[in-house]
Amino acid sequence: MTQIVIANYLGSGRVVFLAKGSGNGSVSWGELIDTAEVATDEDRATALLALAEADVAERNVVMDPYLIDVEEEGGSLRPTKYREAIRALGPTVRQDLGKQAEGAEA
Amino acid sequence: MALLERKDGAAAVIEDRFTRVDDEAALPVGPVIVSLSRFQAEREALLARDADLGVWLDSDESPSEIAGDLGKLAVVACNFPAFNDGRGFSYARLLRERHGYEGEVRAIGEVMLEQAPFMARSGFSTFELGDVSDVAEFKAVIEEVRTVYQPTGDGRETALQRRLGR
Amino acid sequence: MYRYDEFDHALVQDRVTQFRRQVERRMKGEISEEQFRPLRLMNGLYLQLHAYMLRVAIPYGTLDSRQMRKLAYIARRYDKGYGHFTTRQNIQYNWPKLEETPDILAELAEVEMHAIQTSGNCIRNVTSDQYAGAAKNEIEDPRIWCEIARQWSTLHPEFSFLPRKFKIAITGCENDRAAVKVHDIGMIMKRGAAGEVGFEVLVGGGLGRTPFVGKTIREFLPKEHFLSYMEAILRVYNQLGRRDNKYKARIKVTLHETGKEEFTRLVEEEWEAIKDSTLKLPKEEVDRIAAHFHPPAWKALPNDAPTCDSRAASDPEFAAWLRHNVEEHKTAGYAIVNISVKPPGEPPGDVTDVPMEAMAEMADAYSFSELRVTHVQNVTLPHVEKEQLPALFDDLAKHGLATANVGLVSDIICCPGLDYCALANARSIPVAQELTKRYTLERQQEIGDMQIKISGCINACGHHHVGNIGILGVDRKGEEHYQVQLGGSASEDASLGKIIGRGFTQDEVIEVVDKLLDTYLELREGEEAFIDTYRRVGMNPFKERVYGTA
Repeated sequence: MTQIVIANYLGSGRVVFLAKGSGNGSVSWGELIDTAEVATDEDRATALLALAEADVAERNVVMDPYLIDVEEEGGSLRPTKYREAIRALGPTVRQDLGKQAEGAEA
Repeated sequence: MALLERKDGAAAVIEDRFTRVDDEAALPVGPVIVSLSRFQAEREALLARDADLGVWLDSDESPSEIAGDLGKLAVVACNFPAFNDGRGFSYARLLRERHGYEGEVRAIGEVMLEQAPFMARSGFSTFELGDVSDVAEFKAVIEEVRTVYQPTGDGRETALQRRLGR
Repeated sequence: MYRYDEFDHALVQDRVTQFRRQVERRMKGEISEEQFRPLRLMNGLYLQLHAYMLRVAIPYGTLDSRQMRKLAYIARRYDKGYGHFTTRQNIQYNWPKLEETPDILAELAEVEMHAIQTSGNCIRNVTSDQYAGAAKNEIEDPRIWCEIARQWSTLHPEFSFLPRKFKIAITGCENDRAAVKVHDIGMIMKRGAAGEVGFEVLVGGGLGRTPFVGKTIREFLPKEHFLSYMEAILRVYNQLGRRDNKYKARIKVTLHETGKEEFTRLVEEEWEAIKDSTLKLPKEEVDRIAAHFHPPAWKALPNDAPTCDSRAASDPEFAAWLRHNVEEHKTAGYAIVNISVKPPGEPPGDVTDVPMEAMAEMADAYSFSELRVTHVQNVTLPHVEKEQLPALFDDLAKHGLATANVGLVSDIICCPGLDYCALANARSIPVAQELTKRYTLERQQEIGDMQIKISGCINACGHHHVGNIGILGVDRKGEEHYQVQLGGSASEDASLGKIIGRGFTQDEVIEVVDKLLDTYLELREGEEAFIDTYRRVGMNPFKERVYGTA
């Protein structure tokens, strides 16, 4: 299994991912999926989600974090569910908008 | 938990002189609030006590159940088991406008500060608010929207009455 | 149209201040997301797949050029340059920031608009006929009553925490362009025995998981009782509606489970107690509001329009537009113009800022500055001089707004679907885009009246139950799949569609629509519309064509 944590910024509502290097008391969020911290086992995934939830309570910067399944393809992360793929990229009917227009790759 | 009172345009934190009593618990001395089922089961004894009495209605218990005894009750409390269970708003209006009840109508349970303006308009006079104890904040929120469109038993002048009166 | 007085202005401004305070409390962490969610929803602010979404009410679909310009400005300044007109005469912005929504609401308040009760379990934006005030057989302008209902329902103390959302639609004539029969309350204006004006009252219509056509609970309600009767219905519903299961909480289920007779009895009993209360509308106030809806200063014009006729004779594109997008007006020499905001290949209902401003410009030039937003996600100019139609057509064409497809197969109702919506199971816009590109105008004309309606989930925002052809997106084992329904209608002959059979992939569903249309064209008699052919021949011939006879 491969999982990452997805959430939204409170202020802008934008989709964010728990970023690489989060842990040991520091939490950061990235806007592109490839910046996400990856869990490859269940314990790590649970720990990442706990970290994200603690950050919701402590800093009040993001909301609604949850885990999603991803696959690694050629060094890129891609959600396995199409719903989450659309969240990670932007509307399929407006390729000029969302993360796909800001450097995220399908 | 603060008990806030809205009365004649003023707001205050007041002391709760009532004890809410579980169905199984022994009655303490002094004013109590009991459930509807306990009231119905022990009506005579409860009304014979030498202290103010209140009944607490759950959200599926209509005030019509106690319509005949309202004159003997000092407080009717409407319980909101969840903030979005809004039956109590209708109950408060029915208590005031249908049954002419003039005692305390209290909002208990999952009551949010931001709901207090709707509650006050519906006829509630006291509020058990978990998320606020600051009277100034309570008063500010209750009076935030100055225009009211609906005629309710709270007697506030509606936009229509002000239009016709000008 | 209605203009706010000082009381209306004060309310909307206070509501902006209130929401600004609520947003500040949230940003400071004084309230949690769980506590904030109902507050933001009561102001139309959702959290969707990519960002927040703000739904702004266009009360009963009426707006003026100044308001349309403001909507365009908000799209440009606070969003990504576009908005989405919805089936309930609202506009949605897909990318606003929470911190900026109070500013957006303040901008809206400047032009007498708001987002109050565009979501949440409360009485939503009251909708109406886009031809109100211009329709030929209208008894009275229904917007007078919509505005009365708007004020009554705004921040209603008793009905802001209902079992579920509550939608009201009101029309002024027997032709139903507002899908009145699939609303929680539908009010259809009627004349009583002595010629007096009142309403037929329908309750319990709705789409979603359990669709119902509304049932008449009162044949005739004198109009002075308009508010007390609605208050009685809502009071019964607020106490009786289910709170244990949100899928069974709409009034349609309450009515169904209680039984129409008993439900009606309870409403009438409650109404008896309040009908002569202060809710009874004084004539003075009805007149005050009605005065706002006095017809604009129409000129006395001859009904024939030689300039328009000669252009139609020489220009087939103009003639097609005239035929499909222009409707008769109640006044000689005038016409109602529908602007299709559904050019081939575009998401239905999405409009960018520049065309919005162009429509505002054209409203000023041709339609007494008035516009309407329709429940089929188009825009209407209600009062256009017939002799001006050629000039208007040319202006529309310059902005890509002259697509001649109103009421045709490419005039599709479509929800945002999984491209935007957090509740969706499948995308709906790509299906609509494919279908709108697929048929030439000639082919569309040959097919004639047709309503295709597409929803991306069971909540049915795309009204698939009442499409002649309805398409519902579902998730089947992690794949987008589409169910097809036939025989729905949202008009005065309202009916719910039936599922044809097993679902299809996105590619297949396009071909299925081809087959359905072919079948219809082969089977129809004379000028029969698709829905009438379906009602005559039933499901089987369509089913056989789609799935094979074997």
